[in-house]
Amino acid sequence: MRRLLAAGLLLASQLLPAAGVVHEYQLDNGLKLIVKEDHRAPVVISQVWYKVGASYEHDGITGVSHVLEHMMFKGTDAHPAGEFSRIISENGGSENAFTSKDYTAYFQKLEKSRLPISFELEADRMRNLNLQDEEFQKEIKVVMEERRLRTEDKPTALTYEQFGATAFISSSVRIPTIGWMNDLENMQLDDLQRWYERWYAPNNAIVVVVGDVEPDEVFKLAKKYFVSLKPEVIMPPKPRIEPPQKGRRDITVRAPAEVPYTIMGYKAPVLATAGERWEPYALEVLANIMDGGDSSRFTRDLVRGSQVASSAGAGYDLYDRQAGLFLLDGTPAGSHSVAELQEALFRQVRQLQDEPVTEAELSRVKTTVVANAVYELDSAFYQAMKIGQLEAVGLDWRLADEYVERINAVTAAQVQAVAKKYLVEEALTVARLDPLPMETGRQPSANSSGGAHGH
Amino acid sequence: MVTSITKSLQGLTAAVLLSWLFVVPAASAMPAIQHWVTDNGVRVYFVAAPELPMVNINVTFAAGSARDDGHAGLANMTSTLLDMGAAGLSADEIASRAESLGAELATGSARDMAWITLRSLSDAAYLQPALKLLADVINRPDFNEKDFARERERTLVAIRRSEQSPATVAEYTFFSSVYGDHPYAPRPGGTIESVSALQLDRIKAFYKRYYVANNAVFSIIGDLDRKAAGQLVEQVIAQLPAGKRAAALQSVPVLTKAQEQRVYHPSTQTHVRMGAPGMHRGDPDYFALYVGNHVLGGGGLVSRLFEEVREKRGLSYSVNSYFSPMEQNGPYLFSLQTRNDQLDESLLVMRETLQDFVEKGPTKKELIASKKNITGGFPLRIASNSSILDYLTVIGFYDLPLDYLEVFNDRVMAVTRQQIIDAFQRRVSPDTMATIIVGGDS
Repeated sequence: MRRLLAAGLLLASQLLPAAGVVHEYQLDNGLKLIVKEDHRAPVVISQVWYKVGASYEHDGITGVSHVLEHMMFKGTDAHPAGEFSRIISENGGSENAFTSKDYTAYFQKLEKSRLPISFELEADRMRNLNLQDEEFQKEIKVVMEERRLRTEDKPTALTYEQFGATAFISSSVRIPTIGWMNDLENMQLDDLQRWYERWYAPNNAIVVVVGDVEPDEVFKLAKKYFVSLKPEVIMPPKPRIEPPQKGRRDITVRAPAEVPYTIMGYKAPVLATAGERWEPYALEVLANIMDGGDSSRFTRDLVRGSQVASSAGAGYDLYDRQAGLFLLDGTPAGSHSVAELQEALFRQVRQLQDEPVTEAELSRVKTTVVANAVYELDSAFYQAMKIGQLEAVGLDWRLADEYVERINAVTAAQVQAVAKKYLVEEALTVARLDPLPMETGRQPSANSSGGAHGH
Repeated sequence: MVTSITKSLQGLTAAVLLSWLFVVPAASAMPAIQHWVTDNGVRVYFVAAPELPMVNINVTFAAGSARDDGHAGLANMTSTLLDMGAAGLSADEIASRAESLGAELATGSARDMAWITLRSLSDAAYLQPALKLLADVINRPDFNEKDFARERERTLVAIRRSEQSPATVAEYTFFSSVYGDHPYAPRPGGTIESVSALQLDRIKAFYKRYYVANNAVFSIIGDLDRKAAGQLVEQVIAQLPAGKRAAALQSVPVLTKAQEQRVYHPSTQTHVRMGAPGMHRGDPDYFALYVGNHVLGGGGLVSRLFEEVREKRGLSYSVNSYFSPMEQNGPYLFSLQTRNDQLDESLLVMRETLQDFVEKGPTKKELIASKKNITGGFPLRIASNSSILDYLTVIGFYDLPLDYLEVFNDRVMAVTRQQIIDAFQRRVSPDTMATIIVGGDS
């Protein structure tokens, strides 16, 4: 095992720099450009990241970042509604956008010679979006449909949303990215206009390009298209640091569902907020010991061993902008209750606090991290994502390259230490989904016919 | 037999593309597919990709739920149990060994096929023990009673959870409605009743019948040469009995009448699935139907359905149509979801859009735009090892020609408006489609 791991590390350290040379540039207007070469295929990924998302929002306008993301496809004076997508499509591209707590990003995947098309269109909508009420009235309906699809009609997502808003009282981590339905219903075009003017500027954006490109050529192109855009005075969001939690919080969500579910979270630091740099990496290893594949403890002990769980997981994201949660969740197996599953999860936590993890477990996590660093290179899009995510939350993209090394430095004692320090009841929030009867059934309609088959 | 094919896309219908702002450059990255058949009958498809120190493998068998033969969930459970105990190793041991090597080992199944995939570093110190695990899982699954009981229980919970999702209910109801007595109709995962009734003996017999060399396709891409690939394949499947290839599935009857089914679900949205049996892999109308549907509902953020339903009226977040070509005619499926009280309007718009397209086909402009998207985006489709592996699997499993990728763009460019109109009028009948409506009260 140790020999294999050493070989893997050697492999990764030899391979990674050669596979991905990263170049960083800045334009005079503050726009940051990061280019990573990947010459395996004649394609290019182009992403524009804005430092704005749900965690920048406040009560009353929740969801505004995401609605604005939708409206970014609704045209400028130079390119009216729908033209952006038509041009990208006719150039063989695929495109979309996504919004999270900490960022809003737009991307195109193109054959490599089409990069100027992406730059021209993205530069145009960075400052020249033409927000019109007619388009807004239709698009806000689409976003409400999206909320129904993703949250209202999904009992686990509904539980998660209520859970998040319970775990945090003041921190904007509590705001659901899609926005509360009532805020969507009362959103005004003017909310979007102000949000756009406040955050969409070259000095609040990062352009990430990964693909079969020459970095200096990309820089030249970026200058050509983006350099004339005026910067804004960007007022960073207020810190809104969560006051210390003073005891466990429990909520129940009652919704039509077939199977129960529980999600629990402990307040935990992230890389950007941690006093000790190693702690987030130790939390990352801890999450992997619990739920990092089919040989992790939850699957081994809870799904296959005691069979109290049908599924069980752990989650932690060290790259968030604000301190967040170390999550545990699961669905009990048929004959077990949510309470039994919760107790089993707590026992797992106590065990990790009382005894150090084994060398074999630690070694498995580390080997997986090395292997994943190689596998990730198969996706140019994923490589761009990693750079953009880090930069958008104010971290350095170089942290992605450090990841393997940092994880490998984590000791069993450190994993035990973070389990003891952060997985404490005072900082715990627990939610359970209590299924209401579904009352589903068939309503044969007038023109229904049973087996209308023939040749 | 070794067939090695390397051509390039040079000169790709340049005349047609001259009007572009940028002309498609000669694609240099067309994967060279090598194909051979092993002594025991496994069809192998291999692409050398020395750029990254890793190997991706997909071993497929014609052992999907279409072979369940009245025991819905049988193929799925067989596939699930493969890595839950093999060659005397427990599920925990298999998982722990794989993950200690950084290897990703997984099994899965759908209607036509079942598969076992492995991604490993190509360094022999990792790859060799990972291949040993892959061979154990394929050749020597234990099918223990204890693992079976547990996985059956988990499958039952998964089935109940799927009942929570109106989209999933709509999809299952669609298949059952459109496919009637055809083996594509039942849920691949089975029902509470059918999974509860599964027997381990039947699973073992299913494995014995279908997990055989003549019923297997072995796809590989990675950092190894032809010789090493040959050895790798033998190492994994040389002991697999030759057996017999699964018989061809029965053809799918066309629908002769419109049908509509409403299923109540306590949701705020109503999910619509509308369609009929569509086309199969290698279908003579494949390119006309594929390109035509790209215009109608398959083009992502740019299609007629997207424009009419979402952009003009804000009725649905996602709306699309697509063909799923399978061994026999897979579904041609239209989907949207909308607030319960907007169902009638949404349905009307979707039906009118389809009706109009079937009558008149795409405009010249639309057809050119779709061809540009499909052909111009070709390099993206073969940009990663995992996407090439998917193509190898489809080419191998469905006996598509080895030059499928090379001629793909030419075939797309050759499609005419008239061919699309003709194909849609022969193959797509809006009057005899099934419409499934799952949702709550408005």
